[in-house]
Amino acid sequence: MSERTDVTLTINGKRYVIRVEPRRTLVDAIREECGQTGTHIGCEHGVCGACTVLVDGAPIRSCLMFAVQADGKDIRTVEGLATADELNTLQRAFMENHSLQCGFCTPGFLMLVTGFLEREPEFTDADLVDMLASNLCRCTGYQNIVKAVRAVAVEMRQHHPA
Amino acid sequence: MVAASVKSSVKHVGQSLSRLEDRPLLTGRGRFAGDISFPQQLHMRVIRSNFAHGKLRAVDAHAARALPGVHAVWTAADVADIPPIDFRQCRVEGLEPYRQPLFASDRVRYVGEPVAAVFAEDSYLAEDAAELVALHIEELPAILSADDDPGTFSEGLSTEPAIVRKGYGDTKAAISNAHTIVEGTFSIGRHSGVPIETRGAIARYDVARDALELHGAAKLPHINRDQIARMLGRAASSVHLFESHVGGGFGIRGELYPEDVLVCAAAVRLQRPIKWIEDRREHLIAANHSRQQCHHVRAAVDRDGRILGLEDEIFFDQGAYVRTHAATVPDLTAAMLPGPYRIPAYRAAVHIRLTNKTPCGTYRAPGRFESTFARERLLDVIADKIGIDRVEIRRRNLIASKEMPYRRALDALGTEIVLDSGDYSGLLDKALSAIDWPQLQEKLALRRASGELVGLGIALFVEKSGLGPSDQVRVGIDSDGAVEVITGSASVGQGMETVIAQICADTLGVDYRRVRVIHGQTDRIEHGMGTFASRVTVMTGEATRVAASALKKKTIDAASELLQMPAAALDIVGGEVVCTGSTAGPSIGLGALARTLLNSSDSRGLVAEGWFRVDHMNYPYGVHISVARVDRDTGGVAVERYLVAYDVGKAVNPMLIEGQIAGGCAQGVGGALLEEFLYDDRGEPLSVTLADYLIPTIREIPTIDVMICEDAPSPLNPLGLKGAGEGGTTGVGAALAAAIDDALGEGGIVTELPITPQRLRRLIRRAAEGQNHTTKSELRDALVNKPENDTPNCRADRYSSRLAATSEITRQGH
Repeated sequence: MSERTDVTLTINGKRYVIRVEPRRTLVDAIREECGQTGTHIGCEHGVCGACTVLVDGAPIRSCLMFAVQADGKDIRTVEGLATADELNTLQRAFMENHSLQCGFCTPGFLMLVTGFLEREPEFTDADLVDMLASNLCRCTGYQNIVKAVRAVAVEMRQHHPA
Repeated sequence: MVAASVKSSVKHVGQSLSRLEDRPLLTGRGRFAGDISFPQQLHMRVIRSNFAHGKLRAVDAHAARALPGVHAVWTAADVADIPPIDFRQCRVEGLEPYRQPLFASDRVRYVGEPVAAVFAEDSYLAEDAAELVALHIEELPAILSADDDPGTFSEGLSTEPAIVRKGYGDTKAAISNAHTIVEGTFSIGRHSGVPIETRGAIARYDVARDALELHGAAKLPHINRDQIARMLGRAASSVHLFESHVGGGFGIRGELYPEDVLVCAAAVRLQRPIKWIEDRREHLIAANHSRQQCHHVRAAVDRDGRILGLEDEIFFDQGAYVRTHAATVPDLTAAMLPGPYRIPAYRAAVHIRLTNKTPCGTYRAPGRFESTFARERLLDVIADKIGIDRVEIRRRNLIASKEMPYRRALDALGTEIVLDSGDYSGLLDKALSAIDWPQLQEKLALRRASGELVGLGIALFVEKSGLGPSDQVRVGIDSDGAVEVITGSASVGQGMETVIAQICADTLGVDYRRVRVIHGQTDRIEHGMGTFASRVTVMTGEATRVAASALKKKTIDAASELLQMPAAALDIVGGEVVCTGSTAGPSIGLGALARTLLNSSDSRGLVAEGWFRVDHMNYPYGVHISVARVDRDTGGVAVERYLVAYDVGKAVNPMLIEGQIAGGCAQGVGGALLEEFLYDDRGEPLSVTLADYLIPTIREIPTIDVMICEDAPSPLNPLGLKGAGEGGTTGVGAALAAAIDDALGEGGIVTELPITPQRLRRLIRRAAEGQNHTTKSELRDALVNKPENDTPNCRADRYSSRLAATSEITRQGH
């Protein structure tokens, strides 16, 4: 075990000052030191995407990043999506379209899609499949996840026509 | 037949209502095993064998123990008083000596077998310490194939502990009377559920109450509680299991594993809570594998393609030990192989073979995915050989709906198979019509003529659901009018809370959002069977209806007294007791009624209990149709279209059923095309990351068209329910293989799953070469029996030597 170092993680706008080893992964720090267990661990080698969070707006695999690398960056996790008790548009669409079953991969998909929709609101269907192929779901077969994202896109474009 | 009480003003059953489970999961407030922690907990890290087979000479934990923060290191000696993990189902004579101990003691039998465990202050430290534990193992040769000759498990014990035999009728006579005999060897590769959440368990021991708690439980809380209590020499009432959120089960999670028992023993003996979460590599080498079977199947057929008799000799690769399922998968394979077809004479023998690989258990549609592949493949070969259309051949062999209930003269899991209801040809017609089979065939033929390798495949099957023998539910109304349904079931994420709430809501007369469903808590209800075998909607659903009916009567009787109205004039609507047919009568809210009763001395409150019992399972059924396109150069397969027609008897929540079918289908595609646990020739697992073991992404799965039918409700329960958890998976291997055969223009080409690009390229090359030199039928026969159809795990060239053995089987009595 090596020397611990002070790191400040800003998660959903809140600052957490923690003391971790350099080898502590970001996902472990988010879950354990910062107590935000909504982000999940599925493989620890960057394939499944259950650990997907937004770091400075980009979807990244928090299992492949060290906590020290996220010092000073803006981190967004699933806990930051809903306001008080109100689900946001994407969460509501997931519920209405039965886009989750066990829910373990869901936070990863929500953050992946959130990051994607914010950066590429005018996506094509090919872009959508390309993006969703980043993460694994073992329960749903994906079709309802696609439905939910398409529904959100329609709503987004209605409110913010290009 | 629907219970008379199911007619409240708002009907929930039959509606695609959104799930009660979703909100916490969408907001990151789920409590999966990894999210559960207790103060002062120690982390357990398991040290696993790195040899497939060997003599365990010593475990050197000296350096590990010396590490600060390491509390203990255990080996077999530390748990010598704890017996091996026992079977919970389908016990068969001869299997006991093959049960898995918590730790290897003198012999290691698979890479991944637990040999020791570290208990340390934090999880990273536990891994550091685990790496310092040295295992001294003397390597022994490994058995890696189920159809090599059996070897030695240990002194006096063969690696073939049992053969499961099932049959009826005279297959020998069928063979001698046959117009044609058709044979084939079909094999399914090793794969499994591989949920996105790995396994985990957290145990805590309360000395003051002498209560041992296991958190992160799943699937079978009551059954596991009983076994843990037995193994640790405790009263069952002093052990409590708690299920919170579960990241997918698929049959894999929730069986009792060594690690579950170890955390419990450690919590008691080390007097600290113990947390264990496995990593992905551990999951891929230590959690139950499944599916690996080789079928040598033979059909006696008359000139019209009707099957007179069917024989199957099956080699089942069980892995290194026999775990909790005992002979379940062989039993179901043999029992369900006849499917929806008449098959007047039948004989199956399943050789249970131990190998030095990860032990196996059940995985979604266990025994049915495999047997459907073998049977439907053989039917396609029969169709080709006789020259009859593949749909027509199936039609000619289907059991007719007027023959229901149909006694199969076989047993599955100890109960006699009686097909309770079914219109198999009716569902076939619906599926063919939905996909417009004739037009689709034409379109695909045109595409093939222009050079594309594209084809159409179909598979039919019978599933099983509603496993009893019983289920118990307690329903209560609290002083706020909220309803609580306490079940002995469990949830693996399928939406059972919503389904149970819907049934309760309709029966009782409340909104389903006012119903809280409890599951997986052994201290809340005495009896529980858990969630598996597609049983919960049927068994827990019906028990809920019984309990809610009883509660409704009790509630109305109590209200009748209070309101001074005859009970016959009262009903419960929207959570209120109201007068029927009149708006002016007195009424009382359920909460107010409950509060009033709390104060009365002669009432237990608004609580009622219900049991539902069955002697037989029930049998949903389905049709899978797929369109697949093959890339000639890469051997890659694109699944262009997929239709599942499935009769579920009665659909409580169609949206959730579609979800089960689509998700099950995706897993079937994975097993048919992508997923395989591979080993090198020393038994070293090669599929140890998700980059090796390929779970389908959205790219590999088309939109699954799901047609839910309710033409054959089950007569075995008042609501007519059958289960839907597995039918999406059952037919995928067979349907995709058939589509690929069609794409390549030949029957019987695909005999092995998964249909990887490498295997498919070999088959394409061989088919092309064959077409230059042989006639179509010669090629067909050659492909079916050709030794080069060998795979590392299924050797067709041994089939002829087993022909003698097969005759043995037909001579033996039933």
